[in-house]
Amino acid sequence: MRQPKIIVVGGGLAGLMATIRVAEAGVPVDLFSIVPVKRSHSVCAQGGINAAKNTKGEGDSTWHHFDDTVYGGDFLANQGPVKRMCDAAPGIIDLLDRMGVMFNRTPEGNLDYRRFGGTLFNRTAFAGATTGQQLLYALDEQVRRFESEGKVRKYEGWTFLSAVLDDTGVSRGICAMDLKSMEVRTFPADAAIFCTGGVGAIFGRSTNSVVCTGTAQGALLQQGVDYANGEFIQVHPTAIPGEDKLRLMSESARGEGGRVWVPKNPADSRAPNSIPADDRFYFLEEWYPKYGNLVPRDVATRAIHKIVYELKLGIGGQQAVFLDLTHIPREVLDRKLEGILEIYEKFLGVDPRVEPMKVFPGVHYTMGGIWVDCDTQATNVAGIYAAGECEYQYHGANRLGANSLVSCIYGGMVAGPAAVKYSRGLEKGTESTPAPVFEREQKRQQGINEALVSRQGAENPIAIWKEMGDWMTEHVTVTRKNPGIERADAKLQELLERFKKINLSDRTKWSNQTLAFARELENMLILARVITLGALARNESRGAHYKPDFPERIDTEWLKTTRAKWVNGKIQLTYESVDTSLIPPRARRYDMAK
Amino acid sequence: MAEKKQVIVRVKRQAGPGDRPHWEEFQLAWRPYMNIIICLRDIAENPVTRDGKATTPVTYDSNCLEEVCGSCAMVINGKARMACSALVDHLDQPIKVEPMAKFPVVRDLGVDRSVMFENLKRMKAWVPIDGTYDLGEGPKLAPEAQEKAYPLSRCITCGICLDVCPQVNSHSKFVGAAIISQVRLFNMHPTGAMHARERLDAVSGPGGVQDCGNAQNCVVACPKSIPLTESIAQVNRDAIKHTLTNWLFG
Repeated sequence: MRQPKIIVVGGGLAGLMATIRVAEAGVPVDLFSIVPVKRSHSVCAQGGINAAKNTKGEGDSTWHHFDDTVYGGDFLANQGPVKRMCDAAPGIIDLLDRMGVMFNRTPEGNLDYRRFGGTLFNRTAFAGATTGQQLLYALDEQVRRFESEGKVRKYEGWTFLSAVLDDTGVSRGICAMDLKSMEVRTFPADAAIFCTGGVGAIFGRSTNSVVCTGTAQGALLQQGVDYANGEFIQVHPTAIPGEDKLRLMSESARGEGGRVWVPKNPADSRAPNSIPADDRFYFLEEWYPKYGNLVPRDVATRAIHKIVYELKLGIGGQQAVFLDLTHIPREVLDRKLEGILEIYEKFLGVDPRVEPMKVFPGVHYTMGGIWVDCDTQATNVAGIYAAGECEYQYHGANRLGANSLVSCIYGGMVAGPAAVKYSRGLEKGTESTPAPVFEREQKRQQGINEALVSRQGAENPIAIWKEMGDWMTEHVTVTRKNPGIERADAKLQELLERFKKINLSDRTKWSNQTLAFARELENMLILARVITLGALARNESRGAHYKPDFPERIDTEWLKTTRAKWVNGKIQLTYESVDTSLIPPRARRYDMAK
Repeated sequence: MAEKKQVIVRVKRQAGPGDRPHWEEFQLAWRPYMNIIICLRDIAENPVTRDGKATTPVTYDSNCLEEVCGSCAMVINGKARMACSALVDHLDQPIKVEPMAKFPVVRDLGVDRSVMFENLKRMKAWVPIDGTYDLGEGPKLAPEAQEKAYPLSRCITCGICLDVCPQVNSHSKFVGAAIISQVRLFNMHPTGAMHARERLDAVSGPGGVQDCGNAQNCVVACPKSIPLTESIAQVNRDAIKHTLTNWLFG
C-alpha cells in the first residue's frame, strides 16, 4: 500500500491537534508555520475552555452547552457539528488534563470551572488567565515528541503562498516561501489541512497577533476555495486600546465577579474608587438583569457603544468604561487572573487590583471562514481541509467565550483523520502528479514576488494596511450602515489599485519581511472585500452583525449561510440554508432566562 | 508652541549572518504609550534614517505583542527584554536596540533560537501519554501542586535567560535556565514523573545543570518572573541523587 503524505499549515491549537491525529494514524506530516509553532496566536487565549462536565451540581449537560452555543450564535450555525463538538468537549478536557495542562484545581484535586458569558453554568475549565498558552504548550509538546520520533517534520519560518492544483482541480500539495532565504518551493501532499487562524489584521488594530492576517484564506479563495459568513466578526467588549494592538482583558474577569460601570456624570473628576455606588451606572446589570455582566460579547459590545456614543457617558468623555475587579480579594485575583492583570499593569502602569481598568471594545474573533463540509472539515476543493478559527462552522453569528479553544481542538480532531481517510482512499496519490504541475505553480509564485520587488511606485505597504484597517473598523464592525459599507468597499477597490504601485523599499533577497507582508496585504484586501460585501448584502441584524436600519433578525429572508466564491476574478455571494433540525430558532434575548 | 516631542532610536543593523553590523539612527514622532514595536513599525512606514538616508525596514520577530508568545526578545538599552512591553517613556534616549548576543543573527534584530526547541526535545519535555483516544480523566492534583507547577509552565521560550547568562557562550553547550526549569516541570507531573530518570540523564549530560555558574542573572531578567534559580537548585539536587544512585546501584 502506498504511504500518503499530509501537510498541515498553521501550528496553533487546531493545526497541532490535526498534526497529532495524523501522526497517530501513522501518516507522516509536514507542518508549516510562519512562527515557531509555540509562538502561535492560540497563546493569547486567556479565560478558559468550555465543557459541560457538570462538576458543580448545577444540572449542566452537553445539551445545555449545545443550546447555549446555538442560541448565542443567533441560530446561524449548522447544528449537527455544533452538537458533536459539545458532546466531545468533556473528553477533550480529559485529554488535555492527561497531557499535563496545569488547570486550576478544587480542594479535592479536581479541575475547577468558572462562569463565562452567554451561559448560567460554571462550565469553563481554566489555567489561570493563560489557558490558551497552556493548551498550546501541551499540544506543542506532544508534537515535539512525534517530531523526535521522525513522524512530524516542521517547517517553521515558512509562509504559505498557494495550493498546487492539478489539471482536474484537485489539490496535490502547497507552494510556500522560506522567510529567511525567500526561496519559493512546492511540497507535494495528498491532503493539506489549513489551520491558519483569524483575520484580525484586516481591521488594522485588533486583539489578534501579527500573523493573523487571513492571507492563506485569501489566497485559497482566489484558487476556488469558498469562504462562508465572512461578515461575522466578533468585537470583544473589553480590551485595552493601544496603537499597535488592542490587548484583551478576558471575559473571565467578569466570570470571576468583575463589574462594568461608568460614572453617572461623565465629568465626575473623583478617583474611581471614591465614587459612591449611587453615582455609578452598572449598565449591563441594569439592562440585562438575568445575565448581567456575562451577556454574550456582541450584546456587551453594543451596550458599551451605546453608553459611549449615544448616551455620551464614556469616562471623562473618552472612549472607555470601567472594568472593576477591586472588590475581589487580591489572593483570588492572583490565583485566577494573574496573567491578564500583569498585562494591564505592564502596558499601562496601573495595578488593576487597586484601580478599575479602563477598557473599550476591540476586534477579536472571526466567526466566518473557509467553507467546510460539516462531517469532514473538507473544503469544496478536493484535498484541502480546514480547521480552527479559519473555518466557519461552530459559532454562527456570534461566538460564546471559551468556545474557541474547544472548537479549534475539535476541528483538528475531525480534520486529521478525515484527511488520512481521503489520502488513503486516493487511487493515484500526489506522487503520480506530473512534475510540470508543481513547476508552473512555483514559477507563478516566483513571478509574483519578482513583480512586487521590481515595482517602483510610491505606495508604502504599512500605510495601505493602516488605511484599510481604519476604514474597516469604522464601517464594518459594531454598527453597520449600508452607505458607509459601500464607501468602505469603494476604498478597498481603490487600495487594491494603489497596491499595484507599491514600493517595497527593501529589495534584498534575505529575510525580507516587507515582501512577505506585501504578499499578505494583497490577500487581506481581497478578503476584506468578502467581509464588506457580505455585510452589505445582509439586511438584517443577527449576532455580531448589527444594522440599525434593519434592527431585527429576519429568519424568513436571512436564516442562511453566506458563501463567497471566486468566479472569473470576482467575488460572488451565494447562499445556502442552515441546518436547524435539532433546536428550532427562537427569539434571542438576555434580559431574562432563555 | 512647544516643539513636538521626538523619539530617537538607534538600531543595530546586520544584513545577514555573515555581514558586519552597523548602527542606524531614526527620529520618530512621540505618541503616548509608544513601545519599541511601534517604533519599528514607524520605521517600516518611512524607512529613512535621521540624517535623511533611505534604508530598509528593520527585520525583527514579533507576534502576540502582549508578552506571551516570546517572539520579540531583543536588547534594549543594554538589557535583554521583550520589545512589546518596553515602553518608550520608561527608556533613556537615544534608545539603543540590538539583537540578543547569544543567538545567531538572522537579520537585524531577528535571531535564531531553534537551539532551545532542540534542547526541549533532548530533555523529553512532554508528558508521555498513551494516545489521544478516550482514556478518561487525568490524575488528580492538589491545588498546591498546581500552583507550584503553573508558573513554570508559563515559560515563553524567549531566550532572555540564556542571553544574560555568563555560562552561555560560543565555547559552551549549556542548555540554560529555561530548559532546566522545564525538566523540573515535567518531573513534577504525576505522569511525567514516571520518566523522570530519562530527563535527569539528559540534564546531567554535557551542557547540563552542572554547568550553571550560579550568577543568578536569569531569575532577575525573566519577563515571566519564573523561579528559575529554584528550578536549577531542585534539578541539580535530583540530578546528583540520580547520578549517585546510578553509580552505586548500576
